[in-house]
Amino acid sequence: MSHVEDSVTHAEDADDQPPEGFQGTRQRWTLGRIGSFALLAVGGVVFLFPFWYMLVGSLQAAPDTTVAGAFPTPGNLTFANYADIDARVDLLKTLLNSSIFTIGVIITTLVLGLLAGYALAVLEFRGRGLVFGIVLISLVLPFQLLMIPLYVLVVRTYGLADSYLGMILPFGVNATAVFIFRQFFRSLPKDLFEAARIDGATELQILARLAIPMARPAILTAILVTFIGPWNEFLWPFLITKDASMQPLAVALANYITTISARAANPFGAILAGATVLAIPAVVLFLAFQRHFLSTDIGSATKG
Amino acid sequence: MSAEAGASSSTRSNRPGRSDGWRGRTRRLLGDHPLGYAFVTPYVAFWVLLFAWPLYLAVYMSFRDWFFAAPGADVARPFVGFGNYADVLADPVVHRAALNVAIFILINVPLTVILSMVLAAALNQALPLRAFFRAAYYLPYVTASVAMIAVWLFLFNGTGMVNQVLGPLAPEPTWLVNRFWAMPMIAMFATWKQLGFYVLLYLAAMQNISETLYEAAWVDGASALRRFTAVTLPGVRAATTLVVVLATIVGANFFTEPYLLTGGGGPNNASVSPVLLMYRAGIEQGRAGYAAALGVILAVMVMGLSAFSQFVLEDRE
Repeated sequence: MSHVEDSVTHAEDADDQPPEGFQGTRQRWTLGRIGSFALLAVGGVVFLFPFWYMLVGSLQAAPDTTVAGAFPTPGNLTFANYADIDARVDLLKTLLNSSIFTIGVIITTLVLGLLAGYALAVLEFRGRGLVFGIVLISLVLPFQLLMIPLYVLVVRTYGLADSYLGMILPFGVNATAVFIFRQFFRSLPKDLFEAARIDGATELQILARLAIPMARPAILTAILVTFIGPWNEFLWPFLITKDASMQPLAVALANYITTISARAANPFGAILAGATVLAIPAVVLFLAFQRHFLSTDIGSATKG
Repeated sequence: MSAEAGASSSTRSNRPGRSDGWRGRTRRLLGDHPLGYAFVTPYVAFWVLLFAWPLYLAVYMSFRDWFFAAPGADVARPFVGFGNYADVLADPVVHRAALNVAIFILINVPLTVILSMVLAAALNQALPLRAFFRAAYYLPYVTASVAMIAVWLFLFNGTGMVNQVLGPLAPEPTWLVNRFWAMPMIAMFATWKQLGFYVLLYLAAMQNISETLYEAAWVDGASALRRFTAVTLPGVRAATTLVVVLATIVGANFFTEPYLLTGGGGPNNASVSPVLLMYRAGIEQGRAGYAAALGVILAVMVMGLSAFSQFVLEDRE
């Protein structure tokens, strides 16, 4: 908390925008700053070590749970665990299922979210407040609480057990995406849309030729924020897929952990290999598009 | 809203011919852009079919002796009043689950608030590798629970690395199958996994605090501690409210952790969660009416608790 007394200079790391009202960077290493840095470093180890350990553990021929085992030993390295988990859960098929599930949710979310967000932000119609209230309510009540009736509806009434559609549809009610697009379109000047209307463009043309091209950054954000939901989701696809060939990787891996891992030669090696495969796509996407994750989650969480 | 209305009415007065006749009347009735209805229809349709209807069904089922039957079979599902609710409230496993939610919140909220505030304060200084740390803290939040649980199983099993380090200090039986430790382990796992999100939430709140407030406190001779309690803490109040509300929601909803991390709410139901009980009763045992009643009770409690914590923590100055 020493940033008040220091003089104003530029932030050091070029990769990072300095926070607003930021004061002082090229200061001396005071005791407070050393302490803060040490704290951040300890935090870094606590958060990153499990990822490192997951990778190392997935490559061990024989599990080594000693402290030395946290570092790869040349003689104890193998890809056999990956072959092992692939033999049990068919990585290619389950990754394909995860992808179809995730892409389906993203497309549904984008179409519903863009249309509703645009209408709520730009169009004037009676009952707009009511629709916004509807969106808000779905944010308050968590999905898990509806899981029994949803299961009854999707599996029994709609007959969508063991189908991609059954996995995807409940995720279409995504209030966050509506908020992202509503927020974005509200931030655009009203005159822009008025000018297009005066020029004789229909609302559909305005949406297709003006609003959507301008909303590209918001669309990317919505895609990324939506991606981690279905890709990481366990409960819902677990409930409605009994057929192993329809299961996403998260579900197949969980089933492997709870039922059949005991029979493997190196169960933890195989489990960690599966975990690594499951984690990599989300981690890579996050690292590539960090800023979109970091800024908007917070924006949508605090501003609503 | 009033500015928008003003803008559109002035546009209308610029084009007097269009406000007359049929078009004018529909506009007065439906608003300037009736097309808005078409645009919100897909979302509203999804909302009705996959949110409102299940919500109604949850309440309906909770008052019936509801069980699964072959598709198309017309079976009687008699009205049982509050029977399911009475069964749920009298069930000792439900009491254990409620206790576990309380344990979860009591561990998760203070840990989250303190750790994320401390880390956010450290990140709010010009230190090297700041962007790196920020990303590192967020990484568990974007990674699948199933993958992270796999590592925790490896770390905390009987012969896992944590026990290797602790040696004779390791609990017996080990963490995840220990009656005392199973539930705190779930709370700590959830705290660890989500902390990065809250760190950034607090960081954003801290960066929104006006620098002049700190300067004023500095001029008044306030100590660093006083500046923290008088300027920083009120500034991050909204973030704290959000932590409490979200912790309540997460605490009432965890499923993957007890299902996978502690082997199905074990040992002996010590780490059972309400959603896990809903799964057991509704899906495994076919007691859908009971599970629906449990879901309704849970929903009411979650909404009540989050409304209450918002009311208590809200800035009323």
